[in-house]
Formats: sequence, structure tokens, C-alpha cells
Amino acid sequence: MQPAKARKPFPTHILVFLAPAVLLYTLFMVYPLLNSLRLSFFEIGPQNQTTFVGLDNYIKLFTDENFAPRFWGALGNNVVFFLVHMLVQNPIGLLLAALLASGGRGRGFYRSVLFMPTILSVVIIGFIWNLILSPLWGVAQTMMSWVGLEQFYKPWLGLESTALVTISLISVWQFIGIPMILFYTALIGIPEELTEASRVDGASGWATFWRIKFPLILPTVGIVGILTYVGNFNAFDLIYTLKGANAGPEYSTDIMGTFFFRTYFGQQLQLGNPSMGATVAAMMFLIILVGVLVYLILWQRRVQSYEL
Amino acid sequence: MAQAVAQHKPIEAHWWYRTRQSLRAFAPHIVLFGYMLIALFPIYMIIMNSFKERNAIFGAPFQLPNAETFSLIGYETVLQRADFITYFINSIVVTAASLILTLLVGSMAAYALAEYGFKGNTLLALYLSIGIMIPIRLGTVGILQMMVNLSLVNTLTGLILVYIAQALPLTVFILTQFMRQVPVELKDAARIDGASEYRIYWLIVPLIRPALGAIGIFTMIPIWNDLWFPLILAPSTKTATVTLGVQQFLGQFVSDWNAVLSSLTLAMVPVLIFYFVFSRQMIRSITAGAIK
Repeated sequence: MQPAKARKPFPTHILVFLAPAVLLYTLFMVYPLLNSLRLSFFEIGPQNQTTFVGLDNYIKLFTDENFAPRFWGALGNNVVFFLVHMLVQNPIGLLLAALLASGGRGRGFYRSVLFMPTILSVVIIGFIWNLILSPLWGVAQTMMSWVGLEQFYKPWLGLESTALVTISLISVWQFIGIPMILFYTALIGIPEELTEASRVDGASGWATFWRIKFPLILPTVGIVGILTYVGNFNAFDLIYTLKGANAGPEYSTDIMGTFFFRTYFGQQLQLGNPSMGATVAAMMFLIILVGVLVYLILWQRRVQSYEL
Repeated sequence: MAQAVAQHKPIEAHWWYRTRQSLRAFAPHIVLFGYMLIALFPIYMIIMNSFKERNAIFGAPFQLPNAETFSLIGYETVLQRADFITYFINSIVVTAASLILTLLVGSMAAYALAEYGFKGNTLLALYLSIGIMIPIRLGTVGILQMMVNLSLVNTLTGLILVYIAQALPLTVFILTQFMRQVPVELKDAARIDGASEYRIYWLIVPLIRPALGAIGIFTMIPIWNDLWFPLILAPSTKTATVTLGVQQFLGQFVSDWNAVLSSLTLAMVPVLIFYFVFSRQMIRSITAGAIK
């Protein structure tokens, strides 16, 4: 891309092909992202003038009594949110994928139906579950009474102790289609000959799955893991829909996305603060970057991928 | 001979073996069917109850609407109070424009990266793929500032530009792989015939249609469903998308259950119809795209 230094002038057609994508991407993604990171080292005054303040914003985020408890709270909640996805969504997704990949009647139908919640908007899903779990409507309560469990019903979404896990499970319910379809794709890509040998040797379906198929789809396990991580540490819509920007009760469902939104745009009595917003975004960037690097260095390099 | 066969009944003929086999064939069905109920039930409850009058929604939520309880009052409220048509048009414009431009611009870049061994090719490909893992939301502060400076706040154009930037990295990455698989002979033949590079690109594009389809779907769903950027960049009533419109409407009408259920149904049904028409192709193109 340096026509002055290159011996031959850069071919115009290559430039024509590349310029629109590179410009749009640079202008509306890379530049704003870098600018956000830069703003986290500045303070923005009332007339939009910026003053360099070094790491002050970060120190404020970690120590100021208005920010620090909220930051650590949001981070902790976000970790819980992520763990629920890893422990519930991905194993169930794998189970469903394995059943779909085992063939048989009606699999195409199941595949389509099970993927369906994933294509709906988080806003719709959030409201649907809000209604189903609502003590006003009593649908969940009535259904539990059918199996004699009504004494265990609680307004889970409203309680400080259960709201976060409930919301995580709603998110799991919605997004289970993604690990399912990725695992399914990987599983149907395994050639028959590889599993046949073990079957002839009399290995059970269970053993064949864990000893032969699962090691072969480890690259996909990694991809599902990192997609879950990035998606979860960047989530916002569901909690905003169900609980608003304040992520109640008592910030018990506050995650990085809602904390970022509140810090940037303000809430009730507190004014919005673009530079602190940029600082929170920079922390999210760091968290996601660490995850991606761990994936690239520790997982992708060590896990052998087989040419199937 | 016949006796010998009877004595050594093959294992397949034993009743216990057959029961075990059919149980084994049936167990996946039970699990899949069970999960299907979990996936469908909440959606079914909303749609079904949206056609009932208020008392029946609360009194008998599990009962199908009948002549007595049938009511469209919720839909009347929604269509009077919320500009659903505008929301739908906005969503369609934003999604379609982002999609078409992403595929066009992305396939052009992918063609150049796959076809020409120019200096800095690998570096540029790497630069473009950073955005696959880094969510564009993290640049929101910068994006909003820029949109304010460009006076693109509360315009659909602003949203479209952001969504193209969001979708480009993955699009370019995947399309490059597909462009590489197009046989060289084809392009050389066209070159010998004197076709320009632009013409060759245009000849190649139809060959990677399945990949374009898969990318299209992956791009379209998050754009249609996004709440974040409409909320931040284009929250006015004129530019609200369906997702944002529903979110705002539901916030105002929380206690009007008829209106809430109807607006949820209205927002879902077009997507569900679209999905059921295209789901087979959609999932096939996702799985085919991944296998290659």
C-alpha cells in the first residue's frame, strides 16, 4: 500500500477492490475503537475540550467509591453469567448435536425447531420469559403444581439471590442453537470409517463418542468456548430489556455491558461520563483480548486439528 | 437344518435384544422431543394468548381461544398506538442495505485478497480479521462522537454504516477462503479471452453463491435483532427498528397484557414465517459452509 516506494505503481484494480472494505472498516470500526481507547486517558470538559489525565480514569474506576464496587460487581456477575453458559448451554448443545447427528427420522425437523429461539430478538425472548415466570400470570406456578412442586415456585426474576442465574438460563435457552449447530456440523463431518472400526471392536456408543468423536471435534469445542466468552462479556440487550440500565434488584444482574451503558449515558441522578464510559469499554476490550489470546495461544496451538 | 437354525436363534431375534434396540432408537427421540417442548412452549403461550380477552388470559392461560374468549383488542391497541409499519420498514431497509453492501464490498475485498499476491496481502488480511473477535460495541463512545460530528445521529444511514463495518471482518475472512477454491483455469480462460479484472470478479461471484447465502444469514439475524445501536444511534420514533420499537412500546404498556402479547406476536411472526420458509436452506448452508 505504498505506491511511492514500490517499484511498479500499485495496480489500480486491486485498489478499487480493496478500498471500500478497508475504508468502511477502518472508519467505522477501527478508528472509533482506537479513539475510545484513547479517550480513556483523557477527561472531557463541558465544552468538549479534552485534557490528558494519564491513568486517572483507571485509578478512579478501581478505587472511587462510586465506580469500584459497581465495576467489581459487574465483573463478578459477568463471570457467573459466563460460567452458566459454559456449564449448561454448551454441554446441552453438545448433547442435542450428538443426538441430531446420530441420524434417524425427523432429525431435519428437530434441527430447525431447536434452532428457532436463536433467531428471535433478545428483546422478544426477554419479555416472553418475563411473562411466563411472572407471578401475576402464574403460568410457571401452575405448571409446577401439575407435578406437585408449587411450593418451590418463587418470582425468580425479581429476587436478588436468583435473578442473575435466571437471566443466564433464559439466555442459555435462547442461544443454545449456536453451540448445537456448530457441534452438529463438526460431528457430521467425521468420516464413517473412523467410527466403524471401534463399533466393530464392540465399543459402546458412549465410548465411541468420548474416545473417538469428541477428540476429533476439539477444535470446535474451542471455537464454541471463545464465542461464548466474547458474546457473554459483551452482552447487554437481555438485561436491559428485563431489568433496565440499573440491572436490579440492587445491581444483582449488573454485567459489564449494562455498567458501560450506565457509566456512559448516566442514570437517574448521575450524569453520563464519556471518558469513564470509554474507560469501562477499554476494560471490556482488555478482558475480551485476554480471552482471545488465551484461546489462540493455549488452545488453538495445542489442540491438534485433523484434516477430515 | 431348520432345527439347527431354530436352536441357534440369531441374537437379533431375542425379545430382550429387540426391546433394547428399539429403546436405544427411541431414547434420542424422547430427549429431542422433550427439548423441543421446552423450546416451543413459551413462544406458543404468547402467540396463543394474544388472541384472547384479558379475563381469559389470566383465568385460563392454557386454554385455546374459543368463540367466547377470542379477542383482537390487543392488536387494535398496538396498531393504533405504535407505528409498527414504520418500524418494519426501517428494519427491512437497514437490514437489506447493510446486507447487500456488506456482500458486495466484502466479496470485492475477498477477491483481491484471494487472487492477487501483492505486497502486504497477509498483513491486510490479518488487519481485516481482527474485527471478527473484537465486538464493535466496544467502540461505541467513538462511534457516537463521530456520528454526531457527521450529523448521522437518528438516521438509518448511520446504522447501516456501523452494521457494514461490523459484518465485514467475518465476511471477508470466509469469502476469501471460498474465492481461493475457484479453479485458476476458469480465471485464466477469461483473461485469455480479454476479460477485465472487474469482469472476472463478476463472473466468479455467482460461483460462491452458497457461501454468500450462509454469510447473508449470519449477518442478517444480528442486525435485525440488534438493540444496542438503534438505542444509541437512532432512538427517534421515525428511525426506530422493530426491536427498539417493541422494546419502547412494551416499556410503556407493561400493564396492558393484551397489547403486550399482541406486540410480541407481531414482532415474532414475520421472522418465524421467514425462518420456516428458509430454515432448511439456512441450516444446510451453515453446515455446508463449515464443512466446505
